[in-house]
Amino acid sequence: MARSALLGSSLAKKYWMALTGLFLCIFLIAHLAGNLQLLDMSPDGQLKFNAYAKFMTTFPLVKVVSYLLYASILFHAFDGILLALQNRKARPVRYHYEKAGANSTWYSRQMALLGTLVLVFLVIHMKGFWYEMHWGDLGLDADGNKDLYTLVAAAFSQPWYVAIYVVSMAVLAFHLLHGFASAFQSLGLNHPRYTPLIKNVGVFFAVVVPVFFALIPVWMFINA
Amino acid sequence: MTKLDSKIPAGPIDRKWTDHKGHIRVVAPANKRRIDVIVVGTGLAGGAAAASLAELGYNVKAFCFQDSARRAHSIAAQGGINAAKNYQNDGDSVYRLFYDTVKGGDYRAREANVYRLAEVSANIIDQCVAQGVPFARDYGGLLDNRSFGGVQVSRTFYARGQTGQQLLLGAYSALMRQVGKGAVQMFDRHEMLDVVVVDGKARGIIARNLITGEIERHGAHAVLLCTGGYGNVFFLSTNAMGSNVTAAWKAHKRGAFFGNPCYTQIHPTCIPVSGTHQSKLTLMSESLRNDGRIWVPKKLEDARAIQEGRKNGKDIPEEDRDYYLERRYPAFGNLVPRDVASRAAKERCDAGFGVNKTGEAVFLDFSSAFERYGKVEANVRKIENPSPEEILRLGKEVVAAKYGNLFDMYENIAGENPYERPMKIYPAVHYTMGGLWVDYNLQTTVPGLFALGEANFSDHGANRLGASALMQGLADGYFVIPYTVGDYLADDIRTGPIKTDTPEFDAAEKEVTDRIAHFLNNQGTKPVDDFHRRLGKVMWNKCGMARNAQGLQEAIAEIRQIREEFWKDVRVPGKADELNQELEKAGRVADFLELGELMCLDALTRNESCGGHFREEYQTPEGEALRDDEHYAFTSAWEWTGDAGAANLHKEPLVFEEVKLTQRSYK
Amino acid sequence: MGTMKLTLKIWRQSGPNDKGKMVSYPVNDVSEDMSFLEMLDVLNDELVRNGDDPIAFDHDCREGICGSCSLFINGEAHGPGRGITTCQLHMRKFKDGDVIQVEPWRAGAFPVVKDLVVDRSAFDRIQAAGGFVSVNTSGNLVDGNAIPIPKNDADSAFDAATCIGCGACVATCTNSSAMLFVAAKVSQFALLPQGRPEARKRVLAMVEQMDKEGFGNCSNTGACEVECPKGISLEHIARMNREYVAASVTKDR
Repeated sequence: MARSALLGSSLAKKYWMALTGLFLCIFLIAHLAGNLQLLDMSPDGQLKFNAYAKFMTTFPLVKVVSYLLYASILFHAFDGILLALQNRKARPVRYHYEKAGANSTWYSRQMALLGTLVLVFLVIHMKGFWYEMHWGDLGLDADGNKDLYTLVAAAFSQPWYVAIYVVSMAVLAFHLLHGFASAFQSLGLNHPRYTPLIKNVGVFFAVVVPVFFALIPVWMFINA
Repeated sequence: MTKLDSKIPAGPIDRKWTDHKGHIRVVAPANKRRIDVIVVGTGLAGGAAAASLAELGYNVKAFCFQDSARRAHSIAAQGGINAAKNYQNDGDSVYRLFYDTVKGGDYRAREANVYRLAEVSANIIDQCVAQGVPFARDYGGLLDNRSFGGVQVSRTFYARGQTGQQLLLGAYSALMRQVGKGAVQMFDRHEMLDVVVVDGKARGIIARNLITGEIERHGAHAVLLCTGGYGNVFFLSTNAMGSNVTAAWKAHKRGAFFGNPCYTQIHPTCIPVSGTHQSKLTLMSESLRNDGRIWVPKKLEDARAIQEGRKNGKDIPEEDRDYYLERRYPAFGNLVPRDVASRAAKERCDAGFGVNKTGEAVFLDFSSAFERYGKVEANVRKIENPSPEEILRLGKEVVAAKYGNLFDMYENIAGENPYERPMKIYPAVHYTMGGLWVDYNLQTTVPGLFALGEANFSDHGANRLGASALMQGLADGYFVIPYTVGDYLADDIRTGPIKTDTPEFDAAEKEVTDRIAHFLNNQGTKPVDDFHRRLGKVMWNKCGMARNAQGLQEAIAEIRQIREEFWKDVRVPGKADELNQELEKAGRVADFLELGELMCLDALTRNESCGGHFREEYQTPEGEALRDDEHYAFTSAWEWTGDAGAANLHKEPLVFEEVKLTQRSYK
Repeated sequence: MGTMKLTLKIWRQSGPNDKGKMVSYPVNDVSEDMSFLEMLDVLNDELVRNGDDPIAFDHDCREGICGSCSLFINGEAHGPGRGITTCQLHMRKFKDGDVIQVEPWRAGAFPVVKDLVVDRSAFDRIQAAGGFVSVNTSGNLVDGNAIPIPKNDADSAFDAATCIGCGACVATCTNSSAMLFVAAKVSQFALLPQGRPEARKRVLAMVEQMDKEGFGNCSNTGACEVECPKGISLEHIARMNREYVAASVTKDR
């Protein structure tokens, strides 16, 4: 069986990892932008957030994009696991002594682990909010929208729940710290002039986005 | 007695090769498919030959002892490859390359072969460029050149300090293309241990699979030996650890005459020996002599102070330095041929002027190059009134761009920064001009057995010029053998596959297995390297840069002694049917122990000095090599008679029709 | 200059089917001028004299260009130090009393032959799949200067072409990926006009063979570039990625 170059080969798998990964990065920005509304804990802010949540779950174009998003997450995870398994198989006998720190960062070598942790987080996260929003038994707010805000506020009043989020965002940060720039490399976008810029943007992105995400539960916990 | 027939074609020298190619027989494409050719060795000559013959349609089996064809020692050639392209418009031509090579070889090469080499040299460059070899280029995108020793034009093409690597990878890629097509069957980690001769013709080889230890028989209509030189007979040389004479020596014992075994090239710019643990010597490219100046102190007390570590090169003022090559050879200066430069270094060191603790090193100094390039660079960068420090810094940058990898290599090995302190260098065994005697068609005295590249004796006379080894290897492999082997094989189109279940193959295989069994059952006490090291010392001291009759006679006696002890007392652990590196070494050293004696015998017989062969009894009043053209204008071709010391000398007279024999002068 | 006493922990494996284990050897009188391989020579000399089986390891040119030597020393391919092969590693990098771990390259695609010797023929097969320019060796070609090549391209092609095929990239990669090796060859030819006509076919064929050999996937950790004795850059991997995507979307079927 000849392997289709655009699906089966090792390089193609990497393109898809990169493309889905970068798409997820764009999603992170959009998601963060919306969620930052949670920092406004006034009654007015609550109504605005619930209206936003309704829009995000019902507007057709957003729905289409969201299916693409689910597909991307699943593909990124599935492809990643497949790659990780192949990689393990490629070295059946491990080294007795390896000084990998001398030539690469630990998080670049642990993308599969970090990704798995992010996936576990996603399950918790989606079960907690996304599932409830779609199929849960949520009350309605003053405007008659599903009151997601109250659910979120209740969740983030529990210290362990906040802790999961903060730790998960740290995990995400390391995943992005390697993943962002790595995606460009996988797509072949490497140029002596622009690669340093991509790397710097990647570091900025990997720090700022998770920090802001983590800020939300912490903020809500403190101000509850 | 076999008569030596060099088969030089008739006619004027510049028509010989063209006419010869036009008149020799060829094999039709359909018939080539019925012919098997064995190529042993995958360096420039072997890789190029195997690829070219497969492309023509022959069934090729290629063998190398390394784990991949890409690792043959051609890969280590640094400086470059000569070609008469005259891109620099400095007066180069085929004739000038031919003339320089004959003169550089001290008039001991065969004119017709050298002319052919110069003729095809330009094709090599075109061929390699087409294969994707990334030669150095200038800003206009055209090929760049540099100069090498012994010539006054810039005709050397290069790829930084790794020209051999790039050319070999070019040949390797051509070879792998044929392997991918199935036209070449590649046998790596296989060592050829004998040639099988049937009815006077080479019809196959016995090889050992180095992984499983299995002894294999391979039949073919012709066998090409492209197995490199035998510099490792000196134990310490710039050759790879695995480089050996075994294939050539077995061929010799099966009837191939050995040509000029005593012609050894001692390369002047190597990193000096640091201790008894040393396993090999590292060459610093001759291209360094373009910009580096070689010197020793003028005063003995300065030299002694340096030897004792009280002073270093920088402490010696300019007026107390003896740039002895510039002094003795003003016309060529630091770029005299290798044999001349090496002997001059030895002469100074023997006189007590050496500059390391053993007194066996001279300086190779770049300080004037730093200054010269620094000034130019300051002009280029429009820096007005640059300070001396600035000039030095800029100059070091330019030198680093040209030779950075060599400087790093030096620092790594010698543990000294060559940008701050002048390098120390000393001559070391590098190349062997001698090898299997071949005729114009590269055929040895055994029909069907050919020798290419360094393995033959043919093109460099008594001394090879820099950047000519790569040229010869590729010329033989790409452009000579594809024609000449066809002429021989034209008789074999109806022979059919060579059978390997014959008494000749039985006998050859038995000899191989008996020898292996002897080594493994020997119960000796000393490792192979012990004997090899002893042999090397004898060869270096008595058959090295300078030789004399008494030393050579002693050497022969000592080598016989070592050989006797070796067979009695060598210890080879392990088994025959596994990867056994000590066993491999034992076989190779056994052959070196016979070759060494022949080299001494050849050196003793040649009562003259020429090129790399310097007999102390025969020198001019200025200490230059003194040839004796009346009695020694011939190639020695030695015939094996059953004992290394009783070899039979045949002479191929060298007839010079084009070049007038003169005392080589580089003054 | 004093000499050092060292303890070597070396992987011993009698053959492909043996399980193998680390074995300790004391070595005395190690001079700092020795190369790492010369130090192993000294140990082997002693082993032979004592009637033991010497340690098998690959080596040939001992000047950092043939790519034969291949040891994983103290957790790094070709040991500590950058831009060098094992044969260029000198003992002055170590100090008296050090314990040094020596293992073979480890990758499924590089099976152990004996002790520290591995089988790297996968590289040859990748090369045979497409690592060449299909020209005849006739010499009757256009003049070498007929097509000027921009100096930058020629230099970059050379940088890629300096690969010695030692396999340090595979050995050091956490995924045993051969991307740097394959990319170096693909990139060299992609940069030169002579290599362009076959560029697409070449990259597809070489990657397919690379995958078949069972090397892992590249995850851009960059370890290969750091440990590569010739300092071959990740840029070449990116170039191969570009070449590959262009080739896969434009190929006929």
